[in-house]
Amino acid sequence: MEIGFILNGKRIKSDIADDATLFSVLRDKGCYSVKCGCETENCGLCTVLVNGKSRLSCSFLAARVDNCEVVTLEGVQKEAEEFGMYLAGEGAEQCGFCSPGLIMNVLAMEQELESPDEESIKEYLSGNLCRCSGYVSQLRAINKYLNRGGV
Amino acid sequence: MIRFKNYVKASSLEEAYTLNQKKSSVIGGGMMWLKMQNRVKVTLIDLSGLGLDTIEETEEEFRIGAMCTLRELETHKGLNTYFQGVMKECTRFIVGTQFRNGATVGGSVFGRFGFSDITTCLLPLDSYVELYQGGIVPLKDFCTMKFDRDILVRIIIKKDGRKVSYASQRMAKTDFPQIACCISEKDGNIAVSVGARPNLAEVVYLEKAGKSAEELAAEAADSFRYGSNMRGSAEYRNHLAKVYIRRMLEQFEMEGK
Repeated sequence: MEIGFILNGKRIKSDIADDATLFSVLRDKGCYSVKCGCETENCGLCTVLVNGKSRLSCSFLAARVDNCEVVTLEGVQKEAEEFGMYLAGEGAEQCGFCSPGLIMNVLAMEQELESPDEESIKEYLSGNLCRCSGYVSQLRAINKYLNRGGV
Repeated sequence: MIRFKNYVKASSLEEAYTLNQKKSSVIGGGMMWLKMQNRVKVTLIDLSGLGLDTIEETEEEFRIGAMCTLRELETHKGLNTYFQGVMKECTRFIVGTQFRNGATVGGSVFGRFGFSDITTCLLPLDSYVELYQGGIVPLKDFCTMKFDRDILVRIIIKKDGRKVSYASQRMAKTDFPQIACCISEKDGNIAVSVGARPNLAEVVYLEKAGKSAEELAAEAADSFRYGSNMRGSAEYRNHLAKVYIRRMLEQFEMEGK
């Protein structure tokens, strides 16, 4: 079947198998930031934004993104770089494998929550596993990133 | 992973129902648990084009479309204000935000899963499921009905002013619950549901009749059967149920004073 959707600001068409996942379609389109870590919908590595909401692309039917807007890390380079500086600044980046999924969910959180406290941040990001530098440094980076230019 | 040949975005419930009468068809909800199954189907029926992704509030009830996500249940102001935050409490520990942006309320209820936080939370409320063919059925009855090929259209919860509270315990925050408890109270009538025993939630009804929270909690908790698995033994689950039910009853008593 053919689907049409907006990928990182560009309208594209794709001929897909009816049971294809969004994850596999995005990889085919060259979005290599999107990875499948656990195959059990737990790890959050495959997180992308569909119509502004963070979704697990591994369990999202590609057929359902017809006429939707999809954003991957490739589409938010500026924001990712800015947040990446905070991650690096706190020593929160090691192998980097899980960062794209985490960054996409942090960006979704920034859009959705207004001045979240630490508990809310932890809860919002609890579906992003595999942070090999140990969560604490990343939380410091997230706090600093969210409060940048503020008080 | 589930595989199928044809994806059909149903344009009416009638079409979805007709397609679903074949054993080779399956209804796709959030595609979370369904995706994990190792099955091969011919047709996947998608209900996402039928406007079932809204939560409507009327004078008498809330009507929750089957395709509403758990995240919508969690963040809906009207529902959470009316039911004292239990919709948030019963969803917020489920896997992660992204998962809850996908998993649907209809799928959670229709699946009659033993681990279901959602069913546990809905049972002590005056709640119903609306089935395309079967009509409106109390949720309590739906939970014991055999799986058939009907379609769950929406969940209905009556606004009858019940007080309600929800509690669960997990070994880690985003894991399945070891136990999930929900209680409601109106005019001295108490409803208690316990899920993740590890079986599907059931509900019992008690009258307050001057009994202490401890007595009521023991009576409620002992009326369920519990099982053992890697998350806890039957005895431990029974003990946990007593503790959580008692605490919630005491909380009601405090609020009532």
